[in-house]
Amino acid sequence: MNELTRRKLIATGLAAAAGASGLAVAAKVAERYGLIPPDSGGVYGPGETLTYAAQRLLTRHSLAREFPRSEISQAPFANEVDPLGEQFQRLQQGAFADWRLTVDGLVARPASFSLAELRSFPRRSHITMIQCEEGWSYIAEWTGVPLSHVLGLVEAHPPARYVVYRSFQPEWWDSLDMGDALHPQTLLALEMNGDDLPVAFGGPLRMRVSRQLGYKNVKYLTRLTLTDNIKSFGKGLGSAAPEAGYAWYAGL
Amino acid sequence: MAETLRLRHSLLVRVTHWLVTLSFLALLVSGLEIVVSHPRFYWGETGNRNTPTLFKIPIPSSRETVPTGYGYVLPDENGWSRYLHFQSAWVLVLTGFAYGVAGFFTGHFRRNLLPALVDASPKRLLSSIAQHLRFARPSPEEAWSYNVLQRLTYLVVIFVLFPMIIWTGLAMSPSFVSTVPAAVNVLGGQQSARTLHFFLTLALVLFLLIHLFMIVLSGFRNRMRAMITGRVAEPLERV
Repeated sequence: MNELTRRKLIATGLAAAAGASGLAVAAKVAERYGLIPPDSGGVYGPGETLTYAAQRLLTRHSLAREFPRSEISQAPFANEVDPLGEQFQRLQQGAFADWRLTVDGLVARPASFSLAELRSFPRRSHITMIQCEEGWSYIAEWTGVPLSHVLGLVEAHPPARYVVYRSFQPEWWDSLDMGDALHPQTLLALEMNGDDLPVAFGGPLRMRVSRQLGYKNVKYLTRLTLTDNIKSFGKGLGSAAPEAGYAWYAGL
Repeated sequence: MAETLRLRHSLLVRVTHWLVTLSFLALLVSGLEIVVSHPRFYWGETGNRNTPTLFKIPIPSSRETVPTGYGYVLPDENGWSRYLHFQSAWVLVLTGFAYGVAGFFTGHFRRNLLPALVDASPKRLLSSIAQHLRFARPSPEEAWSYNVLQRLTYLVVIFVLFPMIIWTGLAMSPSFVSTVPAAVNVLGGQQSARTLHFFLTLALVLFLLIHLFMIVLSGFRNRMRAMITGRVAEPLERV
């Protein structure tokens, strides 16, 4: 082996090592700053990670577009809902007086709130668009308690990195990173267009995430769990969506 | 007959050409698959099955909730379609960026794509259009550089259609437009962005069909060899 090729070989080896450790460092930094989505494995992991990281860096504090009252859709579409069952009907007949939202996990004061208690908390409204991943959309005025307020009440522990939320329909559960959980437009929505949230639209209580697609806005909320270990829920992909083949992050 | 090979396309052009081809095909298939879940188009900010459409595509849908007139529902393929769509979009955007920067600094755009001033005259343009309409086989010299119509078409594809389709795609993202609201506002709304995204797709598919037709017309084997190995046989392929 002559001098030139050996030098070339060493240089190539060093460059490869630098590249690999550069990637490893980048992955560490990305993990540290919460730029890796729970469903980052698999064939589509690279694209998913790039999208999530880019949008997180770009949109940390941005607010979803809000619209004038005149833009509220006259004909919103509720989408189909699987039958909710007898137990739900009984709750509905009782005007949801017995509906509870449980908050547990990495919190100092686990709690369970009735709708009346939630209604007594400071509320916020915004007129925003909800878009389905299929392509359709509508604009409505959403009113509810900012999720950040409830997380403050239960004193979420700092290591918490995700809020896992569950629906009365056990097949629907999802999670938000703390950026979206503490975002000022993220609401535990109780009302739509000034009235109690209709059941078809997720009433009595729906997660409203203004910067993500419809399917992150889980209907019939029953429980919030704060965690630092998203892998311990379901199949470890962050929500029910990736288990059905859909992306966990739905900012686009 | 002995053949000598001359360089026609640089490595940069060849690699980016095929990366764009791959990502475009993946975007096309996955994009059409997503359209199947809601083959209705609107103008303005919002639209759904309760509102009037701008137009509908008369195909069955992968959702029961869409009234199509067909008595059956196609399987839902949106999960992998969306994953593939956005991953391919990254390949397209990063490739396009590398091509754009390199094309500018290496003089590729100036040398190969900007039409010579003399060619841009109406008379030359008309004669080139007439030549194309006659489906005339290009002269041998034309294998070594693009004619004026080709140059203009490639410029429109590279600097108008692709940037516009990326822009209208981003304009549909609720998260992206929370940072850059103007990206969707100037298009007239989120549903307008979706409809424009669809029309831009049609324009690019039309380009692809004409592009393929011209390649066949001017000698499929030699043109493919030029874009894969970079070299063209000289003398040109037997007529």
